[in-house]
Amino acid sequence: MAIAERPPPSAERRSLWRVLLWPSRNTRPRRTARVPWVPIAIISVIIIMAIFAPVLAPHSPIDQTLRDKLLPPVWMEGGSTRYLLGTDAFGRDILSRLIYGARVSLLVALLALTAGGGIGLTVGIVSGYLGGAVDAVLMRLVDAAFTFPAILFALLLAVTMGQGLGTLVIAISLLLWAPFARVIRGEVLALRQRDFVALAKVRGCSAARIMLTHILPNVLNTFMVLVTLNIGVVIIAEATLSFLGAGVPPPTPTWGLMISEGRGRIADAWWVALIPGIAITLLVLSVNLFGDWLRDRLDPRLRQL
Amino acid sequence: MKRYIARRLMQGVALLFVVATIVFILGRLTGNPVDLMLPEDATAEDRANLTRALDLDGTLTDQFLIFAGKALHGDLGTSIRMKQPAVQVFFDRLPNTLALIPWALLLGMALGIPLGVVAALHRGSWLDRAAGTVAVLGIAMPSFWLGILLIFVFSVELGWLPSSRMGGPEHYVLPVITLGTFLVAGFMRITRSAMLEVMESEFVKLARIKGLSETTVIWKHCLRNALIPVLTLWGVFVSNLITGAIVTETVFAWPGIGRLTYEAVIFRDFPLLQAVIILKSILILGVNLGVDILYAYVDPRIRLP
Amino acid sequence: MSDTPSGDTVLEVRDLHTHFFLRRGVVKAVDGVSFSLKRGEVLGLVGESGCGKSLTALSLMRLLPKGGARTIKGEVLLGGENLLERTPAEMRAIRGRRLSMVLQDPQTSLNPVFTVGDQLREAIERRRKGASLAEIMKEAVAALRRVEIAAPEQRIGQYPHQMSGGMKQRVVGAIAISGEPEVLIADEPTTALDVTIQLQYLKLLKRLQAENGMAILFITHDFGVVGRMCDRVAVMYAGRIVECGPVKQIFEAPSHPYTRALIASVPKMTGTVGRLTTIEGQPPSLMDLPKGCRFASRCGLVEQRCLDAYPATVQVGEAHTADCWKVSPS
Repeated sequence: MAIAERPPPSAERRSLWRVLLWPSRNTRPRRTARVPWVPIAIISVIIIMAIFAPVLAPHSPIDQTLRDKLLPPVWMEGGSTRYLLGTDAFGRDILSRLIYGARVSLLVALLALTAGGGIGLTVGIVSGYLGGAVDAVLMRLVDAAFTFPAILFALLLAVTMGQGLGTLVIAISLLLWAPFARVIRGEVLALRQRDFVALAKVRGCSAARIMLTHILPNVLNTFMVLVTLNIGVVIIAEATLSFLGAGVPPPTPTWGLMISEGRGRIADAWWVALIPGIAITLLVLSVNLFGDWLRDRLDPRLRQL
Repeated sequence: MKRYIARRLMQGVALLFVVATIVFILGRLTGNPVDLMLPEDATAEDRANLTRALDLDGTLTDQFLIFAGKALHGDLGTSIRMKQPAVQVFFDRLPNTLALIPWALLLGMALGIPLGVVAALHRGSWLDRAAGTVAVLGIAMPSFWLGILLIFVFSVELGWLPSSRMGGPEHYVLPVITLGTFLVAGFMRITRSAMLEVMESEFVKLARIKGLSETTVIWKHCLRNALIPVLTLWGVFVSNLITGAIVTETVFAWPGIGRLTYEAVIFRDFPLLQAVIILKSILILGVNLGVDILYAYVDPRIRLP
Repeated sequence: MSDTPSGDTVLEVRDLHTHFFLRRGVVKAVDGVSFSLKRGEVLGLVGESGCGKSLTALSLMRLLPKGGARTIKGEVLLGGENLLERTPAEMRAIRGRRLSMVLQDPQTSLNPVFTVGDQLREAIERRRKGASLAEIMKEAVAALRRVEIAAPEQRIGQYPHQMSGGMKQRVVGAIAISGEPEVLIADEPTTALDVTIQLQYLKLLKRLQAENGMAILFITHDFGVVGRMCDRVAVMYAGRIVECGPVKQIFEAPSHPYTRALIASVPKMTGTVGRLTTIEGQPPSLMDLPKGCRFASRCGLVEQRCLDAYPATVQVGEAHTADCWKVSPS
């Protein structure tokens, strides 16, 4: 009974909030990289833009003002302070559409990472812990998902099920789960050998309980790093699908759709297509740099990713 | 070696079967596939005729058998918009894409691999940092936006290069850069990290102990080993090229299978999309099999177990 | 240790210092090592892991690991010329041909993507410039036969993963000596091998040494192996050689308390079952070395002067020295 009462070593069990706030000593890298303040600032601004879009946007993102169409940004000749980043072919304010567009990008990222990441996490834990035939089958599926471009499925879904947020999230989740499952499984394979898992088995814990209370908290670090490193992937995928006409349907403003709409006007109104792309690049760049830093801080072994 | 290839081939066929099944189910999931296959202004008579023509009166299993049987004979339906067999449309367009992809791959490898080696050799130097910045940017920029940016700079502003359609060599420059940038970044990152790992290994030390020149040590002993992880990611790169070809060909009005995919989505041409997806899957699986064989050639541990 | 190299000294190391310069501080991994090696002699370099043995070897080869390791002081005289003053190109000409090395782990020492013949050829080519491929391959087969590999004609076309660990280590040996070096450094060559294979390998090394007349610097943590292989032995502790002398003398009358403790911890094959001792405590951090004797914190005979200053090297016998306050000169 003495064994049963003993709590596992503290370093082994960490809750999510602790992981985020105080990375434990053994995961801290020798050389602490500088905190990426600029990316954090850019991400924060975009998140604030998304949350407070109705307050921040100077104009409606959808209402058309045709007499103001294709006005250049304020710093160019003919630009007006009414439309800081200019207007598109329907006279809609680009800045307002950009602000509202951040909502779609971030919402899709949040939902797809929750769904796809969650599936990947579950598959990874189950596959790694149970092993055997379950593992073999699941890993073949992962291999298959890696070879097949999920964008094709996403396009197929958009055509058969119709465009929409739900379709988009399902499609992008399909793209995400496999890399999550593969990495998490690797972690679980190592964890399975550890003493505290053996101890739990001796104590008579069920497999489900061990996976939930012993394995899961220990892969959360890795999971968080994976989530951060994949935000950029999701944002690009969403933009690409929107660009191809398989995203959230118009008139809802999304960055990919804005680029698609401005594409034909590149010769006389470059800002319509190029400005949203700058926003995407900046956001993805910031998220990736932040992710690199987080990975180095929480789980340097993942550097291969 | 033969058994290895045979096993990969079997897995490929199984995966293809799964893809075809999913395409079939998705086509029928959303009610009557006739709705998907007919233009929106079709009459009730058209619907009844098509239902019979497509053998949609039997059970789902019967339908699938007919679908599979026809597919095996190279019949994947008729494009609604082009009124031609979808398979034929696909193969008409395929050469145009195949004219583009090798150049993008060449650009990716010719630039990415040496850059990765050099970055690894001068780890931490300005060269490494510059290459790293290019890699991070190359991954953060959505390729469709990069294409539009290139058109804006080199076609609209400078007037140096054509912005669309096929033609002489000058027509290839911008699409190849658009398609290849991601590959340059990808090849560079992987080569760099693989080189860093290999350069630490004992056999490299032994090569130096033998008194071999640095050139031989790096470009023969290290690179040959570093290419193994680079090759494993070829599958991912091919996936990316397929996706990349869709957006690149869309941006540059390049009449290949990528642009065909886009058209199938935009015009909701389900039979065409269905055919495109299945045929692309075959293409991807073929390339992956080729890569596996190449992989076995590079790594004797697989060739001679 | 004599200050003037006699005629048959092939390698002389004087006051070698190799430190790691890290952001956190300086790790003094090799901190004033001196020894010499005569033609045809086997010198054992013994010590616990992390005492600087391997880094000493890599310093001699001038193949220090990346990440801040630098040799800042000392001389490495090979046949009278200081290797530390050679250019990288000159060093390449010396490696393999005059100074060579066998690494610890046979599993990772050979390049997995080239055949054994390829890797052997690269080494032989340097000695036989302009020879035809057929001649070189013939020599490669002979080299494998010399390290007692059966059916060398077949083995030559095989990849490392098709061989056992012991066989791979023989191949590494064949590669290392194919340039007929004057000095071979063997860095724990048998640690990764099975016990039975270990003995075979040691015998092989002995035989090759007798044939070629090369000197061997044999690095090991195992005093048992020293008795079997070496003529002389140097005991290393925390970056320094604390005792050096003929094997027989060291075994029979070790002077330094650390040497005594090491020998006491070796299980004896013969005689009564004695008590096996282990050495209590940890060696000092190489980043923060004490100003006195480095063994003081673990030494049973410690006195105040041991803590105050590092002891001078004492001549305890003919060609037998020890760094300890408690020993008296012979």
